[in-house]
Amino acid sequence: MEHQKDYGTPASHSDQQVTLNIDGTDVTVPAGTSIMHAAMVAGVSVPKLCATDSLDPFGSCRLCLVEIEGRRGYPASCTTPVDNGLKVRTQSPKLADIRRGVMELYISDHPLDCLTCAANGDCELQDMAGAVGLREVRYGYEGENHLRAEKDTSNPYFTFDPSKCIVCSRCVRACEETQGTFALTIQGRGFESKVASGVNNFLESECVSCGACVQACPTATLMEKSVIQHGQPEHSVTTTCAYCGVGCSFNAEMKGEELIRMVPNKDGGANHGHSCVKGRFAWGYATHKDRITKPMIRKSISDPWTEVSWDEAISYAASEIQRIQGKYGKESVGAITSSRCTNEEVYVVQKLVRAVFGSNNVDTCARVCHSPTGYGLKQTLGESAGTQTFDSVMKSDVIMVIGANPTDGHPVFGSQMKRRLREGAKLIVADPRAIDLVSSPHVKADHHLKLRPGTNVALISAMAHVVVTEGLVDEAFVKARCEWDSFVMWRDFVAKPENSPEALESELGIKAAEVRAAARLFATGGNAAIYYGLGVTEHSQGSTTVMGIANLAMATGNIGREGVGVNPLRGQNNVQGSCDMGSMPHEFTGYRHVSDDATRALFESAWGRPLSADPGLRIPNMLDQAIEGSFKALYCNGEDIAQSDPDTQHVTHALESMECVIVQDLFLNETAMYAHVFLPGASFLEKTGTFTNAERRISPVRRVMTPKNGYEDWEITAKLSTALGYPMHYKHASDILDEIAALTPTFSGVSFKKLDELGSVQWPCTEEFPNGTPTMHIDEFVRGKGKFFITQYVPTTEKVNAKYPLILTTGRILSQYNVGAQTRRTENVAWHPEDMVEIHPHDAEDRGISEGDWVGIASRAGETVLRAKITERVQPGVIYTTFHHPESGANVITTDNSDWATNCPEFKVTAVQVTRVSQLSDWQRSYRQFSEEQIAFAQNTAKEARIE
Amino acid sequence: MNIEHLITMANQIGTFFSAYPDRELAKNEIVSHIKRFWAHNMRQQLVSHVNDKQGQGLDAIVTDAVRQHVGQLV
Repeated sequence: MEHQKDYGTPASHSDQQVTLNIDGTDVTVPAGTSIMHAAMVAGVSVPKLCATDSLDPFGSCRLCLVEIEGRRGYPASCTTPVDNGLKVRTQSPKLADIRRGVMELYISDHPLDCLTCAANGDCELQDMAGAVGLREVRYGYEGENHLRAEKDTSNPYFTFDPSKCIVCSRCVRACEETQGTFALTIQGRGFESKVASGVNNFLESECVSCGACVQACPTATLMEKSVIQHGQPEHSVTTTCAYCGVGCSFNAEMKGEELIRMVPNKDGGANHGHSCVKGRFAWGYATHKDRITKPMIRKSISDPWTEVSWDEAISYAASEIQRIQGKYGKESVGAITSSRCTNEEVYVVQKLVRAVFGSNNVDTCARVCHSPTGYGLKQTLGESAGTQTFDSVMKSDVIMVIGANPTDGHPVFGSQMKRRLREGAKLIVADPRAIDLVSSPHVKADHHLKLRPGTNVALISAMAHVVVTEGLVDEAFVKARCEWDSFVMWRDFVAKPENSPEALESELGIKAAEVRAAARLFATGGNAAIYYGLGVTEHSQGSTTVMGIANLAMATGNIGREGVGVNPLRGQNNVQGSCDMGSMPHEFTGYRHVSDDATRALFESAWGRPLSADPGLRIPNMLDQAIEGSFKALYCNGEDIAQSDPDTQHVTHALESMECVIVQDLFLNETAMYAHVFLPGASFLEKTGTFTNAERRISPVRRVMTPKNGYEDWEITAKLSTALGYPMHYKHASDILDEIAALTPTFSGVSFKKLDELGSVQWPCTEEFPNGTPTMHIDEFVRGKGKFFITQYVPTTEKVNAKYPLILTTGRILSQYNVGAQTRRTENVAWHPEDMVEIHPHDAEDRGISEGDWVGIASRAGETVLRAKITERVQPGVIYTTFHHPESGANVITTDNSDWATNCPEFKVTAVQVTRVSQLSDWQRSYRQFSEEQIAFAQNTAKEARIE
Repeated sequence: MNIEHLITMANQIGTFFSAYPDRELAKNEIVSHIKRFWAHNMRQQLVSHVNDKQGQGLDAIVTDAVRQHVGQLV
């Protein structure tokens, strides 16, 4: 298997070109390139061990020495830059002698177990021994050595074998430069020097298991356990990670149909060869024993499942949809798409609803995360998407992170952001909680605006007040690029005394001077970029904050070029894509409203069916109408609303009220426990299509193994459509993308062929911009002129009182993903086996709560019990938990409060009381009983169909 | 659909746009928003509530907006 070419040192991006001669070949490269890199460009491979092109040159191994005509000595080619007219020799008898001598020293303290070593065939030390012609080790092997150093196997995914370490520091540098965690160090000096990961072992260290050190290691010192177990892979397929919205490109390295390891792709536009613990290692769920691979049906959720053929399952599902629509009307049925599915899958589901069900009752899980982004950015800027590339952050001078936790939620981008911060960019963090970015090795926020949950709008208005009243508006930009009348209205609004930092100080819980300083920095510090996440959107004023953020960016001229912009960090892999694909009930692909006659006519002509001009039901509307008896059937494609949506008991009551729930998923998830038809889905490794990440980057998803359920997910939806009398004639996922491109102006230039050529492309990708659009709104906004909106702060109705005196806010953790259906079925549980509730020491002391105690959390919606983690990360009066484990019941306590514009739930603010308890809540006990019963129904039925 | 939910949603929309200095513009925007994002049966129910129950529980600006632009909503 061919590995990606390693140039030894990073590429230079200088505009100035330099020509030199290496081993008789002229080569022209950008100034600043190393001789080692230039040699690789010329096709000459210089021996190396401590160099790799993802890291800055280090110059320690002394293997890459070269001779330069007219210069004395033997400079290291990794640390020596090119110069015009240089004549370089990479091979000579003297160089060969030096290199052999260096290799002799390395090998004299290295186990000679190549034939049984896991790295055999993929070991740079072995390669270099061959390259330098090592034939003997004159020092013998009897001297003092490290061969009996103990192997650390604590990490679930890789081992650290110090007996094989050559102390090249590549792992240490990868941890620092690539990941930015600084978990590794070289301990000791001289012969005693060794790589150390902390006090005891890797698992207990600060290591975040991103895999950068494993990737960088030139020997078997850091080695994937999967390779140790299965041996070296023999072919690889480039595909896209199915976890967060960063959308990292990976090479799935295979042995036949078995996945051996996922290696981050150096050419990946979003990740540039970096990864996190989820994408790199947590793919074992795809073959987990819990996976269901045969369709099942049942009449009632109190019945056991019956395993049936695909034809029978599809036929039954179709007949139920027809029966229900016949009895209750066409509006009684709907569907939910998932951001975990490909663009093509989402597209066919919404097509099924609009063209076959005959309504617009389709919604997507972005309803509960980034729907305010879609609304707010469309209103202000004209397009429901972020404005930048991830790489743009490297040109930012001021970075404002509000309501996001990139190092946990978007770790690969978090690392890139930290790189820029280490270079000197300023950082403003607005978050009720001290996220890692506030203070971590070599990164410290200039301002941590520790606002009270629910006051984002007040904060943005206060910052805008400072910008407007202190003369910091970029008037030239506003006059040229924005609707002046809307600006004047907004300016007059934010300038009111009630929007000043002083007036809002007690509401925000932040000193006015701190807000003023942060606003001044944002407006005057150079290129200022805003990054935000669900801490902005999941509020009753989520859309207002998004518009406020856009207002602030426009007013300060921070939009339309690299280094600036409004950047929503999308939670799941295809949030952007699922929204692009028309899976909201009011719009077709490309964010065109269903009432637009010309657009509707286009789709009616292409699909051959009349389409409704009326918006359909949103997820909460579907649930409400199910309880009231008018919404009767749901096709839930890859989503788990019973765990991810707020007010769990309301959701499950709605599901119980429906006559037919069809769930398509890998596992018997929480929603499937209320289903009547289970259609087994395919994992991302088993399907072909595309994902679109948070920077609008459309990336290929490529099938690396046969679907264990027999079909890719779009094929299952197409079968259902055919059974309902509307055959979908696609032969391949590329046919679906072609249809999307034909019907969607912003996707008109996208095709599988284009993705094969470019690797990925950022929409809009059109005839005018055939290679995509990395930065949006450069000369004008998509809507023409940018529009300012008044953002009146309206406190949430979810208020604390004597009964519920604390505010609960929720979030994510690095090792787990969303509802945990995937990551809970991997070794990632080693880092996060359960959800815990973070509570400030003062609040804990007031309630007699100690670390690890069971505590009951009661809200107006319900009650659950979690174990306490006492920490000053949260402020007094605020508690925090994650929602990765269903039995935690985090959403049993969240309420049905929602965003005014989009109904995105207010996950981030729930008034609660916390008390020390000794047993699980009533809900948890009944959940456990119900869940065990449902799992038994599936196990007893589908036993023989499971993956053994 | 539960009319209390619809009243809450409509009032939230009304609150956002009521910050506009131009009240007529605010009412237009309220109705436009409901028309663009609410399903037909929800709009119908809201209009019925205004007609049959004098918009009980709705903020004045929402009731006014619905009455003034009822033709757009049904």
